[in-house]
Amino acid sequence: MTQFIIRRLIQLIPVLIGVTILVFSLMHLTPGNPAVIMAGESAPEATVKAIEARLGLDKPIHIQYFNFISNAVQLDFGNSIRDNIPVFDHIKARFFTTLELSVWAIIFGVFFGLLIGIISAVRRYSLLDVSLMVVALFGLSMPNFWLGLMLIQYFALELRIFKPTGWGSLEQNVLPIITLGTASAAIIARMTRSSMLDVIDQDYIRTARAKGVKERVVIFRHALKNALIPVVTIVGIQFGGLLAGAVLTESVFAINGLGRLIIDSILQRDFPVVQGAILVISVSFVLVNLIVDISYRMLNKRVDLN
Amino acid sequence: MKTEINQENILEINDLRTSFFVGKNEVKAVDGVTFQVPKGKTLGIVGESGSGKSITSLSILRLIDEPGKIVGGSINFKGEDLTKVSMSRMRQIRGNEISMIFQEPMTSLNPVYTIGQQLREAFKIHQGLGKKEGTKRAIEMLELVGIPSPDKRVNQYPFELSGGMRQRVMIAMALACKPELLIADEPTTALDVTIQAQILELIKELQEEIGMSVIMITHDLGVVAETCDYVAVMYAGNIVEYADVETLFEDPKHPYTVGLLNSLPRHDIEQDELIPIKGNVPAPDEMPTGCRFAPRCPHASEICKTHPELTETKDGNDVRCWIYTPDWDKEEVSVYDK
Amino acid sequence: MTNKLLDVNGLKQYFPIKGGFFGRTVNHVKAVDDISFHINEGETVAIVGESGCGKSTTGRAVLRLDEPTEGSVIFDGQEITALSKSELRNIRSEMQIIFQDPYASLNPRQTVKTILMEAMEIQKIGKSKKERTERVIELMETVGLQRHQMNRYPHEFSGGQRQRIGIARALSVDPKLIIADEAVSALDVSIQAQVLNLMKKLQREMKLTYMFISHDLGVVRHISDRIIVMYLGKIVEMGDTKSIFEKPQHPYTKALLSAIPVPDPKKKSNRIFLRGDVPSPIDPPTGCRFHTRCPFATDLCRTTEPTLERKDKEIDENHEVACHYALDIERGIHKAQYEMHNAREVLDDEDEVIEA
Repeated sequence: MTQFIIRRLIQLIPVLIGVTILVFSLMHLTPGNPAVIMAGESAPEATVKAIEARLGLDKPIHIQYFNFISNAVQLDFGNSIRDNIPVFDHIKARFFTTLELSVWAIIFGVFFGLLIGIISAVRRYSLLDVSLMVVALFGLSMPNFWLGLMLIQYFALELRIFKPTGWGSLEQNVLPIITLGTASAAIIARMTRSSMLDVIDQDYIRTARAKGVKERVVIFRHALKNALIPVVTIVGIQFGGLLAGAVLTESVFAINGLGRLIIDSILQRDFPVVQGAILVISVSFVLVNLIVDISYRMLNKRVDLN
Repeated sequence: MKTEINQENILEINDLRTSFFVGKNEVKAVDGVTFQVPKGKTLGIVGESGSGKSITSLSILRLIDEPGKIVGGSINFKGEDLTKVSMSRMRQIRGNEISMIFQEPMTSLNPVYTIGQQLREAFKIHQGLGKKEGTKRAIEMLELVGIPSPDKRVNQYPFELSGGMRQRVMIAMALACKPELLIADEPTTALDVTIQAQILELIKELQEEIGMSVIMITHDLGVVAETCDYVAVMYAGNIVEYADVETLFEDPKHPYTVGLLNSLPRHDIEQDELIPIKGNVPAPDEMPTGCRFAPRCPHASEICKTHPELTETKDGNDVRCWIYTPDWDKEEVSVYDK
Repeated sequence: MTNKLLDVNGLKQYFPIKGGFFGRTVNHVKAVDDISFHINEGETVAIVGESGCGKSTTGRAVLRLDEPTEGSVIFDGQEITALSKSELRNIRSEMQIIFQDPYASLNPRQTVKTILMEAMEIQKIGKSKKERTERVIELMETVGLQRHQMNRYPHEFSGGQRQRIGIARALSVDPKLIIADEAVSALDVSIQAQVLNLMKKLQREMKLTYMFISHDLGVVRHISDRIIVMYLGKIVEMGDTKSIFEKPQHPYTKALLSAIPVPDPKKKSNRIFLRGDVPSPIDPPTGCRFHTRCPFATDLCRTTEPTLERKDKEIDENHEVACHYALDIERGIHKAQYEMHNAREVLDDEDEVIEA
């Protein structure tokens, strides 16, 4: 197992290099010279040159990349163009909000997804099963900004149970979590159901019943652990998606998260912030996938991820 | 067939009917099966695919999945009718008093639990043993079925074992609580012959040691001849012949049994030609109303359009065939021949 | 003088196992490891053995469904392994294969007629559509199906009937050699007998040659003229059917034959139990591959590989065996090194764990 983790970590290196190259090229592929933007359109040539020198933009591209990496490893993404505050400080404050939102959303998704999936599978083809799956289909096809707006309209503005904006208190957090987590819950529910149905027909389930195992134990001990194996992968992919997908939810609820930071920075051409934020999201995505692989491996002793 | 309650029988099945309901259709997979399993003996149920032999065995433990259902008859096990006992009583019986092993050792063990965890579960359910004691007993069981270094194997996962070893584990699990009846559903069909020989011998040895009765479900007449004391031949949901093993092979009565033996290619003797049974097993929705074998039977006549009963013959076979009844008219020509 | 239709020499089929960081080939499954045999025109040669012995791989290699690693396969005077793709396509009409599961090899969306017509079109058999249709009808009747059934789809047939369709398809292109890979194994006995009889009849009428791959020795005894017994990628014994069944020489063949349950309760079999399971073909045992399970094995067997040759001059001249002690065992000079008393002694700790 340790060997497996070490190997997976080593395999991460090329992935991370790829990610950094992509993020790095963002700055260079977007039209407009950052130095010009910083200095202002009408700034004299000398000012632009000075800024280029300060940012290292006058150096050959591979040196620039190398500098970018070595700084990034030290969590130094430069300073924001807007306010000259270190980019990392911007990100740090926002990242945990986004992470918190995503984690809660995935917990919401996993909890309700598994619950609905298992109930549906156990009562397969019943009215309950069919209705749950129809609901899941709705959850899946609803755009989450629309769901967010509807939730605000009903629960915040009409019933006044929750607050329509912000992040931090329970009253503020519930609606964004539901908004962000619903689609995941729906996907996980559908996946769990089909995976459970697959497993319930397996010979070893019959073996367990023939042994005198209680039906509840058959479902939760013998079937679920097997059924979870494909679900874990989906959860991992979903979580990565949530981190990135939080952008919309954050906008709808006016939450100061990473997503909103990126949008604001893009609008203001604050390249260092955009770069840093995207890099952080990408690296988190990669790490989440690693965790998924490891838990997959722990669940399923058979896979050999050679 | 003798139907009186007999102290010498561990299991008596009477007129068992199990059907599958697909839409509005009822498919009668097992349609009026009656047999007994004498204490300490082995009963073979032999038949081809679709004969209902596996459904019969699953019905005994009430392991029939939706949309299947036991629709009639009784399963008398030590004075209790298993079709009527509560589900919790049924669970006490499963794996404890009656155990079952299945055809596919490769898929019959749960892939995500170790051999030990799966064996321990049986001890936990039926004897309330904890982890430590359970593991000890699990190792003993593995040793009993001849698995080398059981203390190491107990911590392995099913995929780390070969097919033959897994079937041994299945047997160990089935015998964990020393059941009085073991139902073996095609236990060696998926295994190579040299491994089959090991497994059949193992079941035989353990049967003698524990003194249990065995129901051996198989399509292989060789396995029947070697392991069984009594044989029930099934065809299309019915038992068509029942006899002790020597009588059945020496003097098969039902045209289907005769046909089976004639179409079996043998490795131990030279045969000129195989005499196959013509035609195919009728589809469930095209089941003839009379004798179900009639459309394939070389002797079928007018009377075979009525369903025959299982009747005792003077040679000791019980046969479901008009030929062995006084109503049979030798002169009549087959109506089924084209 | 009989004519060799198929001549296989030094055939090896290794399958690479990928592994490590960069998916390198780390090892090989030696599925078939240097085997030689021939099949004469008009005869039925059976290849028998347990799972993993390489019998099916041999069949596929002969057809070049897999590219053989080494060795030559001469069919009707032509070296198969040297043919180009298009030449191979031409010769495939002369070699047909029938599989265990006919359903998997029949396109479910095509009627039987389409399936048969297509096979003929590819091989350019029959001049016109009309001629081909006539041939389809003829084929249907040959394999014992009704002509009106040709417009049905494979799922409308039973297992036995589907195997008949498989045979009809194989016959549609007028082959010389038919490779039957466990062709009757999935069928119930009563249906199996029908198909076996059909195959025998067709052989008589159409002078077909069969390579019959099976694990069922009852079926094999019934249908074949000669038998090749394989174990872990090697031929251990080869000879005329009667001779193999009545005077088996190799301890493996003997154990295999003794292991089959006899459908006669009065015959008490004198069973030879083999120790453990078949070892992995990735790292097969040194010397004689059977030595890990053989009760007669000595140090010689562990180090030196026996050659396949005629050992006993008394027995049939086609009968060859690969065992150092075949003759000595026969004469009672070489005794078993240990005896197995019950089914629980047959496993030992060195048993190969099968990595699925």
